[in-house]
Amino acid sequence: MSITVTNISKSYKNVEALKDVSFNVKSGELFGLIGPDGAGKTTLFRILTTLLKANSGTASVTGFDVVTDYKDIRNCVGYMPGKFSLYQDLTIEENLNFFATIFNTTLEENYELIKDIYVQIEPFKNRRAGQLSGGMKQKLALCCALIHKPKVLFLDEPTTGVDPVSRKEFWEMLKRLQQKHITILVSTPYMDEAALCDRIALIQDGEILQIDTPKAMISHHKKDIYNVSAHNMYQLINVLKQYKHQHSVYPFGAFVHYTDSRTDFNMADLKAYLESKSLSEIKIEKTLPTIEDTFMELATT
Amino acid sequence: MKRFKGFITKEFYHIFRDKRSLFILFGMPIAQIMLFGFAITNEINNVDIAILDHAKDINTTEIINKISASKHFNINQYIEKESDIEAIFKKGKIKAVLNFENDFSKKLVKEHQASIQLITDATDPNTANTISNYLNAILIQYQKEINQDITLNYQIIPQTRMVFNPELKSVYMFVPGVMTIILMLVSAMMTSISITKEKELGTMEILLVSPIKPIQVIVGKVFPYIFLSIINAIIIVTLSLFIFKMPIQGSILLLGLESVLFIITALSLGILISTISETQQTAMMISLMGLMLPVILLSGFIFPISSMPLPLQLISNIIPAKWFIIIIKGIMLKGVGIQFIWKETLILIGMTVFFIVLSVKNYKIRLE
Repeated sequence: MSITVTNISKSYKNVEALKDVSFNVKSGELFGLIGPDGAGKTTLFRILTTLLKANSGTASVTGFDVVTDYKDIRNCVGYMPGKFSLYQDLTIEENLNFFATIFNTTLEENYELIKDIYVQIEPFKNRRAGQLSGGMKQKLALCCALIHKPKVLFLDEPTTGVDPVSRKEFWEMLKRLQQKHITILVSTPYMDEAALCDRIALIQDGEILQIDTPKAMISHHKKDIYNVSAHNMYQLINVLKQYKHQHSVYPFGAFVHYTDSRTDFNMADLKAYLESKSLSEIKIEKTLPTIEDTFMELATT
Repeated sequence: MKRFKGFITKEFYHIFRDKRSLFILFGMPIAQIMLFGFAITNEINNVDIAILDHAKDINTTEIINKISASKHFNINQYIEKESDIEAIFKKGKIKAVLNFENDFSKKLVKEHQASIQLITDATDPNTANTISNYLNAILIQYQKEINQDITLNYQIIPQTRMVFNPELKSVYMFVPGVMTIILMLVSAMMTSISITKEKELGTMEILLVSPIKPIQVIVGKVFPYIFLSIINAIIIVTLSLFIFKMPIQGSILLLGLESVLFIITALSLGILISTISETQQTAMMISLMGLMLPVILLSGFIFPISSMPLPLQLISNIIPAKWFIIIIKGIMLKGVGIQFIWKETLILIGMTVFFIVLSVKNYKIRLE
C-alpha cells in the first residue's frame, strides 16, 4: 500500500471538513478523489502531505506516519497545491533549478521523468512564471513537483481553470507517469476526468460516498437514465420536478437527466405529461449512466 | 549548503526584480538622510529682520554690521518709527525687529548700560526662540569685544558653550536617528514582508512539503537583508561624512559591529512579526505601527526621553532603537569606546536572543 487513510476526521472552528474518512491507494495506482468544491479534498491532501494534523484517525504515506515521520514523507513526495504556488517573478528555468536544489538534485538528473512535459514549456524557459497561461503554469508546477522523482505524487485539482485541450494533455501525462511507477493521488471536480483513473473515491461534505473503479461504479447504477429536452429547458426542469413519479431530475449538458421511481416506466406517459404542461419539441431517450449520474444518485440519497 | 546557496540566489532574484522593494531598500535611505539633513532642520538661515535705529551712532552701526555679516540674518529693511513695527510683522516676511534706543553710545559710556529691544514674530515659537538666541549670542559677543579695552569693567558676561555639537548642527542629531529608522525599516519590515509573502502566495506550502528545514528557510530569507542593510549603513555614514561633514569621533570598527548587532536585532524582530502575521498587509501594518512610530517618537530621536512623562520613559526602555541611538550617538559624536556603551550593547544582545527564541517557538512546521 502506498497510501493508507484510516478513520481520519478533521474540523475547523465549526465546520467538519472530513468525517471518518478511510481508503487505501495501492502502489503505482492512479487514484482519483472526485467531489464538488468544499467537499474536503484539499484538507485531505494537506493532511497526507503533513501540512495539517487530523483531529483523529491515522494516515501513512509509503509506510511513514503523517504525524511522526513527517520529515521522511517530505523527502519522498511531490505536491502540487490547488492554487498555483510557484514563484511568479522567477522564470521557468529558475523555478525548476530552485526546486531541484532544495531537493538536492539537478534538472539533468531526473530529466527523463519530466522530459515529455518540459519540452512543451521549454521554448518559454526564460519567461517569468507569472506571465504563463493557465495550462503552461500547470505543466511547470507538475515539472517542479516531479523534479526529485517522488514515489507519490499529490495533485490537488491540477486541471481546474485549464482549457479542455490542456486538460486532455495533462491526463495523458499522468498516464505516462503512472507507467514510471509513481503512485498518483489526484483530485478533481470534473466528473469526466474520473473515468481516466484506476479507482476513484466520490467525496461530498467530508464523507466518502463510494470507492470503486470507474467502470464498476457506472455498472452499479440501478436506475435507467433518460435524456430529456424541450424548447424551454428551465420550464422543463420545473415541470419534471413536479411530476409525481420522478426520482431525480438534474441538468446534464444540453439535456436534463431524468430517472423514474417506477419499475414499469414508459416514455409515452412522461411525454403526455409534459405536453399537458404545454411544453413542445419534447425529446426523450434512454442513455448510459456516467460517473456524474452515480454521484448525483449517491449525493441525493 | 548547496540548498542554502540556491535559496539565497532565489531571494536576490526576488529583491532585484521587485521595483517597490528596491526603492524602499535604496531610495529611502538616501531620500531620508537628505530630507533630514537639508530640509527638516532646526537651524535658521537667512532670516529677514528689520532695524529701527533711533541712535544711529558708532555702537549701533557696529552691531548692525555684525548682524548683517552673519549668515543667519539678512537685514531686509530699516524703519523709522515704532508704529511701523506691527505693520511689517503683519506682512509676514520680517521675523524680528531690533529697536535701538536713543543715544545708545552715550548711555553705554556714561551709564555702562544701554538697551536694545528685540521683537520676534512668535507665530512659530520654536523659530522665534532660536532667532532670539542667535541674536543674543551676537550681542554678547559684541559686548565682550568692547569690554576688552575697558580695564575697569567687572560686568559678568554669560558664557555658553555647546559641547559635542558646538554649531548646533541638527544634521548631527538626525543622522543617528535616520540610520536607526532605515535599518529598522529595511531589516524588520522587509524580512517580515518577504516571509509572509511566501505564506500568502502559497509557496510556503511547497517549501514545507520539501526536505528544506525551517531554519534554512528563515536564515536564507534573512541573509540577503543582513547584507543589504550593511550596504545601507555604509551609504548613510558615507553621505553624512561627505555631504554633511559629520565627523565620526569614535572607532569606525566599533560603529560597524554595533550596526551589525542592531541589524540582527531588527531582523529577529522581523522574523517574529512574520510568525504572527498571515498576510503581507498585516506584516506591513505591524511593522509600521508597531516599530516605526515608537522608533520615531519614543527612541529619543526627535523628542528627548528625559522630558517625557514617566510611563512613556518606561516604555521607551523596551524599544531597541533607543539603545542603538544611545550607542551610535556615543560613538559618532562623543567618540566613546565600548567601556561606556557595553550596557546598551548587552541589552540589544539580550533583546535579540529573546526575539529569536520566541520566533523559533512560534514557527510553524505545518500550516496551522
